[in-house]
Amino acid sequence: MSTVTETLHHDDDHHEHHAPPAGIKRWLYTTNHKDIGTLYLWFAFIMFLTGGAMAMVIRAELFQPGLQIVEPHFFNQMTTVHGLIMVFGAVMPAFTGLANWLVPMMIGAPDMALPRMNNWSFWILPFAFLILLSSLFMEGGGPAFGWTFYAPLSTTYSGDSTALFVFSVHIMGISSIMGAINVIVTIFNMRAPGMTWMKMPLFVWTWLITAFLLIAVMPVLAGAVTMVLTDKFFGTSFFDAAGGGDPVMFQHIFWFFGHPEVYIMILPAFGIISQIVPTFARKRLFGYASMVYATASIALLSFIVWAHHMFTTGMPVFAEMFFMLATMLISVPTGVKVFNWVATMWRGSLSFEVPMLFALAFIVLFTIGGLSGLMLAITPVDFQYHDTYFVVAHFHYVLVTGAIFSIMAAVYYWLPKWTGKMFDITLAKWHFWCSLVSVNVLFFPMHFVGLAGMPRRIPDYALQFADFNKWISLGGFAFGLSQLIFLALLIKACRKKGEPVSDQVWEGAEGLEWEIPSPAPYHTFETPPVIK
Amino acid sequence: MKKISLSVMAVLSAFQSGSAFAESVSDLDQYQLNMRKGVTDISAEVYDLHMLMFIICVVIAVGVFGAMFYSILFHRKSRGAKPANFHESVKVEIAWTVIPFVILIVMAIPAAKTLIAMEDASEPDVTVLVTGSQWKWHYKYMDNDVEFYSRLATQADEISGKLDKGVNYLLEVDQPLVIPTDKRVRFLITSDDVIHSWWVPDFAIKQDANPGFINDAWTKVNEPGIYRGQCAELCGKDHGFMPVVVIAKEPAEYDKWISERQAVQEKAAAEEQRLLAMNMSKDELMSNGQKIYTANCAACHMPNGEGLPGVFPALKGSDIALNDMAAHIEIVANGKSGTAMAAFAKQLSMSELAAVITFERNAWGNDTGDLVQAKDINAALNGQ
Repeated sequence: MSTVTETLHHDDDHHEHHAPPAGIKRWLYTTNHKDIGTLYLWFAFIMFLTGGAMAMVIRAELFQPGLQIVEPHFFNQMTTVHGLIMVFGAVMPAFTGLANWLVPMMIGAPDMALPRMNNWSFWILPFAFLILLSSLFMEGGGPAFGWTFYAPLSTTYSGDSTALFVFSVHIMGISSIMGAINVIVTIFNMRAPGMTWMKMPLFVWTWLITAFLLIAVMPVLAGAVTMVLTDKFFGTSFFDAAGGGDPVMFQHIFWFFGHPEVYIMILPAFGIISQIVPTFARKRLFGYASMVYATASIALLSFIVWAHHMFTTGMPVFAEMFFMLATMLISVPTGVKVFNWVATMWRGSLSFEVPMLFALAFIVLFTIGGLSGLMLAITPVDFQYHDTYFVVAHFHYVLVTGAIFSIMAAVYYWLPKWTGKMFDITLAKWHFWCSLVSVNVLFFPMHFVGLAGMPRRIPDYALQFADFNKWISLGGFAFGLSQLIFLALLIKACRKKGEPVSDQVWEGAEGLEWEIPSPAPYHTFETPPVIK
Repeated sequence: MKKISLSVMAVLSAFQSGSAFAESVSDLDQYQLNMRKGVTDISAEVYDLHMLMFIICVVIAVGVFGAMFYSILFHRKSRGAKPANFHESVKVEIAWTVIPFVILIVMAIPAAKTLIAMEDASEPDVTVLVTGSQWKWHYKYMDNDVEFYSRLATQADEISGKLDKGVNYLLEVDQPLVIPTDKRVRFLITSDDVIHSWWVPDFAIKQDANPGFINDAWTKVNEPGIYRGQCAELCGKDHGFMPVVVIAKEPAEYDKWISERQAVQEKAAAEEQRLLAMNMSKDELMSNGQKIYTANCAACHMPNGEGLPGVFPALKGSDIALNDMAAHIEIVANGKSGTAMAAFAKQLSMSELAAVITFERNAWGNDTGDLVQAKDINAALNGQ
């Protein structure tokens, strides 16, 4: 596809005499896309473990009926902050980290277009989460109204720490918007000569579309939290009927952000899987152009389906029908993607290295989550599913075995390129198989208790749900422990243990990032490569 | 009319426990895997739609995963598979865009039919106003002068594990809603505070209770029985503790029940007037007050009166409970706007308000010695 000339190696030598500063300053002041990518990824992983610890508290309380470990008010704080951390602290920063590492290397750019803003967009994130987490230790505790913060529970009926919640969401939003601007400007302006739009790797395409979604909807979220803030502290009545407002309007605004947000968390995953499957099938991706069009269609449709989260709020019947049909439509381009991956594997020459294992698990389990999503789209049946564990099962299948499995697949796929050493394959296989089994013990029975009538966000439940909940909790603990294997593997990898790898790393890997040396030098493509 | 005195409540709950909870065996299975078919034509249609969707999804999944696992088994490098060269086909892409689209239309038609039937709440025989509040339901029959609160009946000791849990743990209430079978019953659903959601799985009704707005839903129950559900929208601390219990009775039995219920409420109103003239002793006020406090106030202000710091204020040692009695009556009766403190004048009778305020002014070391009588409440509420 391209040639990386000797000038690149020449550049390496050239740069050795002003290598990055050592110690903490390297990380605080860095404007290097690879360093910032690493920061994002480690931050996301720490947040993943933090949010995971909260999930452990939730599952411990739900291990058996009755209240044993935590009070309901604290339980609500755990479900709320678990959701916020996993969405805004784990999944989104992990994808931004991958974008930072990979987008410049994939399009032949020397760095991100706006490196100082890149530094800033990362370094405000830890403060956002410090503020959010510290509110848990304040009098009255942290936010306890669910990550969806429906008014008036989050306004008139919430604690004073709501102000901190609003502030931290604002910071997360600013960080995301800056990250998105950076991705867009980089892709538009810094592609190597010959890297035309339809030659861009799919990870780049999906991230470009994701970045536009981010810019479109993060301001809507900022608006929603600001209205919550003024309703609570400054006497406005956006969401209070007594002052002429409407609590359901909050949900319209929130989900106008919230549904595209769902695709923000899955489109880059589609990109990752579309990079990995062809490598280990040793066959070109089937239907590249249709993948690009499908991604764009999903992004466009994501703006006209938001009210499918709100079927029980009492919408007019024709609005319900519109949102049902629009939602069902999304399954068409999503189906195209899944079919294309299967067609890529068809008559390939498959091998099953760890990234491929995660990618295959992604395709199967994400599809299960997608199919339950199709069931949820059917309005009359959604009245039964809505706000039960069936929904919890659905969105954990698409977010954990979807988004998070894709992030793990990506880390295993590109980690040898980043460190120059093969990771510990034995540990990686343990991590995969333990995660795969436990994640299904954790989330699959949630479909059953949900259909049987267990509402979500409750700290205690009727006796008929007891047996399944025990299994779910055991699966949860096992999944939590499995991630410690990943932690051990990552620490080992960062200490540069393991066998050195070739530039290409994986036999079937294609693309610019596989043509530079392993580990990737601190500066790459200062002279743009030529794409044939 | 809307107030029920304590003694009547005690009689009533005895009456209810006789009829409603005689059936002590739960029909809900452990390891229940699927949605219930329910007891209305609509819930049966919803169940059928659910099964149709489920089967279509399983067929799609088997097809996709079948092809995938065939590849995984037979197109592997270790078996010497050589990669083919194809990587696009417009025909195939069009096929797997159009075919799913057709399947979607097949799904959408029956779904739309059921949806239209579900949303048509016209021509009701009976109308009930359902009002959610933190954390109980209130039912008001619009055609009769009958209304009451419906609260969780599971004891705190069962939740904390000090007592064995009953069969209907967390799914039992002190006063269930009673509706007739074979009649169109319309529910008007709203809320006094945050958003709740009124859900009875056997009727396939889940409708949000939005403060300041009224939603509707309807049902026509085919079989008499007891049907249990829960609040389905996170509504604060005790969201998990506000179940819905509906008893469906044959129309004749329902008519009998509603007229009995009406008589009971009339008696309660007369009792209320009689109590206005009487003074209760401190012991009586305190013991009644404690019961009312436990049922209505302890969820937020906690059984020990210390509240939840930063969320719900303490009553123990609080300025209002120790000093200004008029302010105390005012806040309990009319609530405090902009906070979670509800107006209890519409939930409790005057003698109950008197008892609970007396209790709050004399419990947990709040030794004011103040006694509040029903007539004081009457004076405060109607005299101003």
